[in-house]
Amino acid sequence: MIDCVENRLITSRRSLLLGGASFAAWAYLPKFARAADGRDPRLIVVILRGALDGLSTVAPIGDPDYAGLHGAIALAADGAHPAIMLDSFFALHPAMPEFARMYRDKHAAVIHAVATPYRDRSHFDGQDVLESGYAGPGRVQSGWLNRALEALPRGERVSSALAVGPTTPLVLRGNAPTVGWAPVALPQADDDTAMRLVDLYRHRDPALAMALSQGLQLDKAASGDDMKPKPGNAVAQMRQVARGAAKLMAADDGPRIAALAFDGWDTHANEGGPVGRLAFLLGGLDGALAEFESGLGERWRDTVVVVATEFGRTARINGTDGTDHGTGTIALLAGGAVKGGRVISDWPGLKLANLYEGRDLKPTADLRSVIKGVLQGQFGLSDRVLAETVFPDSAGARPMQGLVA
Amino acid sequence: MARDSQAALVALNRFGLGARGGASGDLVNAASDPRGFVKAELGRPNGVLLEAPGLQSTPQLGRAVFAYQDQVKQARDAAAKAAAPIEAQPTGEQKPVLRRNLSLNGAATEIAGQMAEAKPADNAAKPETMQPNAAAPPAAKPAPQPLNVIQKTFRTEALARLQRATLVECGFTERLVVFWSNHFCISATKGELARIWAGAFEREAIRPHVLGRFADMLKAVEQHPAMLFFLDNQQSLGPDSRAGQNRKRGLNENLAREIMELHTLGVGGGYSQEDVTALARIITGWTFAGRQGQLGTPGSFVFNTNAHQPGAQMLLGKSYEATGLAQGETALADIARHPSTAIFIATKFVRHFVADEPPPALVARLSDIFVKTDGDLKALATALVDSDEAWKAPLTKMRSPYDFLVASGRLLARVPEDPGRYLNGLNLLGQPLWSPSGPNGFADTNAAWAAPEGMKLRLDIAAQIGARLGTNIDPLDLLEFAAADAASIETRRAVERAESRQQALALLLMSPEMQRR
Repeated sequence: MIDCVENRLITSRRSLLLGGASFAAWAYLPKFARAADGRDPRLIVVILRGALDGLSTVAPIGDPDYAGLHGAIALAADGAHPAIMLDSFFALHPAMPEFARMYRDKHAAVIHAVATPYRDRSHFDGQDVLESGYAGPGRVQSGWLNRALEALPRGERVSSALAVGPTTPLVLRGNAPTVGWAPVALPQADDDTAMRLVDLYRHRDPALAMALSQGLQLDKAASGDDMKPKPGNAVAQMRQVARGAAKLMAADDGPRIAALAFDGWDTHANEGGPVGRLAFLLGGLDGALAEFESGLGERWRDTVVVVATEFGRTARINGTDGTDHGTGTIALLAGGAVKGGRVISDWPGLKLANLYEGRDLKPTADLRSVIKGVLQGQFGLSDRVLAETVFPDSAGARPMQGLVA
Repeated sequence: MARDSQAALVALNRFGLGARGGASGDLVNAASDPRGFVKAELGRPNGVLLEAPGLQSTPQLGRAVFAYQDQVKQARDAAAKAAAPIEAQPTGEQKPVLRRNLSLNGAATEIAGQMAEAKPADNAAKPETMQPNAAAPPAAKPAPQPLNVIQKTFRTEALARLQRATLVECGFTERLVVFWSNHFCISATKGELARIWAGAFEREAIRPHVLGRFADMLKAVEQHPAMLFFLDNQQSLGPDSRAGQNRKRGLNENLAREIMELHTLGVGGGYSQEDVTALARIITGWTFAGRQGQLGTPGSFVFNTNAHQPGAQMLLGKSYEATGLAQGETALADIARHPSTAIFIATKFVRHFVADEPPPALVARLSDIFVKTDGDLKALATALVDSDEAWKAPLTKMRSPYDFLVASGRLLARVPEDPGRYLNGLNLLGQPLWSPSGPNGFADTNAAWAAPEGMKLRLDIAAQIGARLGTNIDPLDLLEFAAADAASIETRRAVERAESRQQALALLLMSPEMQRR
């Protein structure tokens, strides 16, 4: 047990991990500030699980059919809780004043009538397609964000990506090293015990050795008094998660890429309009975006946050003042690096004949094009890598140009 | 018979819930007849049922929620009256004040300081994380509020399940309960009714059928008020039904879709959007009686003819005549028998018990047995235990957080008297009891449970257990109970050479022998 003796000499978990050869996550120290323009790009991917109602978040109130279809939960430009006009046609949900401010400052944009290539309506397959980056379901070994990491030139490799939450979301799973962090406070195992266990795993169970080593790393960097769990609802939790992730990412040697997921968007019943269940969740999302902005500080300038969901919801409300699984929806971009102040949309219209299968907003943009545009703008990935590796078989979905300033 | 400790690990960890410590002799017994040890429980279907003092039926619990909600409303009304003369404010500003009163009265479901205007689902979701017996150190805390009936019930149900899991011999049937309960999951985060019904749902709809027929379990699940509430079917009205016409509300296809996608056929199992809509129409009227009891005993399943979509429906290529409740029951019976259902169930079963990538030959064999026996779940379980694959496949599956905590409790021979620590641990590790984030339940793969953050948190929990319980145990004895000569040299050495009993226990609980199944 020579290892044990050596290990005892090392007092901090972090220094151990930096010194260990098996800690691939830290093998590439950050060198990714782009020399040419001094940018140090950050990317945060927020997955909204459950299928966000895009028509209730960024409402096409200029479309003559919208109010009728969305009925009791439709947003309007007037009334007690007026929607926030983004242009003469689209209006933002009133629960999102922070996003509205970013939009006015041209640091936020909306892509409307967008969808992944998936056209059925299963949450779980839809999420797999969204996160795996493959054209169809059933491929769950790795996610597009992890493959994008792998594709970055070695010299500029972004150190490691941050998975926020107790489990790694599919979008970040794969060969490229990731680290995880979740906002919980628990008295921690001491470093010595941790190192002995890592040693045992190295001999008996390399997969667990890798996982545990990575899990040990970011924990201290992220923790602080403000990260203790507080009593709070979903809104407070969304903010808390975003605050912790931003804190980690703001550090000079912190991860440049993070992925997190917020649940609960499956609004089949009593979805609510300007106030209510969806409004409550959107308020949480809006607060999380504000936390990213303030927590990243100067780094916000070089940041893009992508908010995406597996598919949209029916254009017409169902029998229970909610919406069932649909197709087209929105994607949101926020951050100092976003060329914002725009709703980007080839609007398909909401006439019955224009709806997808007579029920859903018809997608006119491919979500992969949006993400490719962001990855290209932030990290300079080539069309070919994006079309073959990051999003296999997606040559038809060209990177959307001009999303990143 | 020769003793085979490696096979004993398969029997105890893959099929069961882990060896019990103390005088149980589990490892020795499992080592001398591994298959017999596992199969013994299959002959005792009544042993799967869970009855204990204080556990109530779904209608009883429904009435308790209704009464509680009435009480909250009365308290709110009283507070409004009392506040009105004092606070001469515009009505618009009174709300937050009143809500805060509500919370301080203990009438809200949350602990002090928690925002009372959260939607009910979240309101009810997290109280366990804040309980005073958390794994956190006993620092100065505000006095806890008394638990309401919903929280109390949840904890009573959790405790009953945990005690059963800790005491049961092999734990194969308890593992089956957890498997099926996760397959047909509801989530307590949906709201107060879901939270109070979560345990009863498992006792009433899952346990009686774990060694019975799949079709019976399916019917019991889809007619259980907890499922009807969780997937919104109690709100779904046939568009042409009397209620649909009167109330200008209509169909909600949530439950119908998940029945086919998650409960039976599986995605890609050969159904279309039209089939989803048809099944949704067929099961309109499947609801439970509300607090007024107009339709029946409050909180019990009822078929509401007024809400049922009239007429025949075409589902999966077959026409179902307008026979009311029987229309849906016939449709479910047919779906239970569908070949896609057999494949879907066999695949999930093998994934749970054998490997993340289920061996196709075993899946095919179990699927065949499912078809031939018309969904006999005891035959399915027996075939699994009789298969060679289940015994030969290496122990690569990761214990879920629930498995990990229960196995630790069993090894330490600690029967829980309070569920708080377990509920806390499950919350932290991402498997909050009866509360998956979606109707697909918790993941059943290593990708979910061997993730970096999860492993770190497991270690922290193991260290807590070590610190709390390590003083009076002999870690090497525990290693004998857990694995005997199947333990690796490295694990044995790590336990032997630990700097304290506390550390030794933490390392033992985290060893591959205790983490893999």
